[in-house]
Amino acid sequence: MNFQISKEPIDIQSVIDKVVQRNAGAITTFIGTVREMTKGKKTLFLIYDAYEAMAVKKLEQIGREIEERWPDSQVAITHRVGRLDITDIAVVIAVSTPHRADAYDANRYAIERIKEIVPIWKKEHWEDGEEWMGNQLETVAYPSGKPEEGDLNE
Amino acid sequence: MNKVLFFAHLRDAVGEEFLRLDAAGKSVGELKAELAANYDLPKMDSVMTAVNEEFAQDDEVIQDGDEIAFIPPVSGG
Repeated sequence: MNFQISKEPIDIQSVIDKVVQRNAGAITTFIGTVREMTKGKKTLFLIYDAYEAMAVKKLEQIGREIEERWPDSQVAITHRVGRLDITDIAVVIAVSTPHRADAYDANRYAIERIKEIVPIWKKEHWEDGEEWMGNQLETVAYPSGKPEEGDLNE
Repeated sequence: MNKVLFFAHLRDAVGEEFLRLDAAGKSVGELKAELAANYDLPKMDSVMTAVNEEFAQDDEVIQDGDEIAFIPPVSGG
């Protein structure tokens, strides 16, 4: 159960606990939170929706990709769905590896892949309207391959 | 029969979370074009398709019982 979609608030520590291992020299944790201002526009709240069964499969795929690229790594990801207010936690990614550099790199890889292949969508609600967002890069997501250089700079 | 799921802006456009229809024998691309025309769906060129929870190409032929989902550009994270 290292890869989950949650309707309830995410308990950060429980995600971290899943990747604790005796061979780890580092655990990195990424916590994605709901930002209020985007390009000068004020978000009131977000709705996240997911194709849950497929989303879990794609999170598992990301976990396998990481374990292949970074030997002896362990990964756990939980993504929230439903209504989230400003500062709420949308996603928690924990990665453990023998050495710290890999833990940072692999964690970064996980969030970039989530933004490419995991069927989760957010609807932004503003004071003057609402809209489902495509990916923030305004590019078409692709199911295979790795993040391009430009994808890493959001 | 096939269950066809819609998400995000496509769900708003169709007005349903899913439809049940017989798509067996059609390609993914044919079904996509048909639904885009019937429901006046926007931005379908950037929408991917999943068959049984795995991304599929437009030339994949749909079998009876397959679950189809139209996947707009994702925005998780």
